[in-house]
Amino acid sequence: MIRTAVRGTGELLITAGLVVLLFVAYQLVWTNYEAHKATDSVASDLRDSWDRPDPTGAGAAARGPKKVDFGKGFAFLHIPRLGKNWTIPVVEGVDLPDLAKGVGHYPKTAQPGAIGNFAVAGHRATNGEPFAYLDKVRKGDLVVAETRTEWFTYVIDRTKIVSPTSTWVLDPVPGKPSAKPVQALLTLTTCNHRWASYQRLIVFGHLQETRAKADGPPTVLLRPARSA
Amino acid sequence: MYAWVWRHLPGPWPVRTLIAMAFVAAIVVLLFTTVFPWAEDSLPFLKVTVDQ
Repeated sequence: MIRTAVRGTGELLITAGLVVLLFVAYQLVWTNYEAHKATDSVASDLRDSWDRPDPTGAGAAARGPKKVDFGKGFAFLHIPRLGKNWTIPVVEGVDLPDLAKGVGHYPKTAQPGAIGNFAVAGHRATNGEPFAYLDKVRKGDLVVAETRTEWFTYVIDRTKIVSPTSTWVLDPVPGKPSAKPVQALLTLTTCNHRWASYQRLIVFGHLQETRAKADGPPTVLLRPARSA
Repeated sequence: MYAWVWRHLPGPWPVRTLIAMAFVAAIVVLLFTTVFPWAEDSLPFLKVTVDQ
């Protein structure tokens, strides 16, 4: 009787341990596999849609704030500091299902290249972990947002560690909620430290150059800067 | 627990082994598609946005 109870408890504990190990495997391997698959699919859908004529007509109109479906890709982010040819689709929305497909655009913030703050969040650990090494990005680095019609090159001004409630980083002019924006800014957010949640790592930048798609990619994407 | 399950599976041992493996596979699929995505929501390192 006691022997049966002890054996049953032991079996339950071993089973629980195996389930926990399985969860670790799920997080570290499976979510990345799934996220990379989803990201590739979003990326190719977006490239395909750009190869077709713009349904909204005038290409320039795409720069204005327009409705984008949540979880749908609408731009690419290129960060040469994170790797040669490092690129990821930007999807609308910052909920977990959105972030599992790429990096997510905060819905109420500016569009890429527009006056105001183009704010983007990305995972730093598991689920594709696009921003795993965002801490390597430093002042002076170039980050390119690619839309259907333009390349927007942002230059990084500073990085900052903030509390999770610091919504001011999303302001059109970060930290000045009542200021009227005159500049096109960029804000990237992820968790800090990599496997923790009690802080956020923020990267700020401003628009340096706008190029038409027809003029080819900006030079930073042609010969990625990996020095310094 | 496992001994009890084994005793109650029908058929000779190769059949029992197959059934047992099918059970395990079904449980793993259930974990990966339902339980783990639900549990994942509370993991700290998935919180990457700033909010209230």
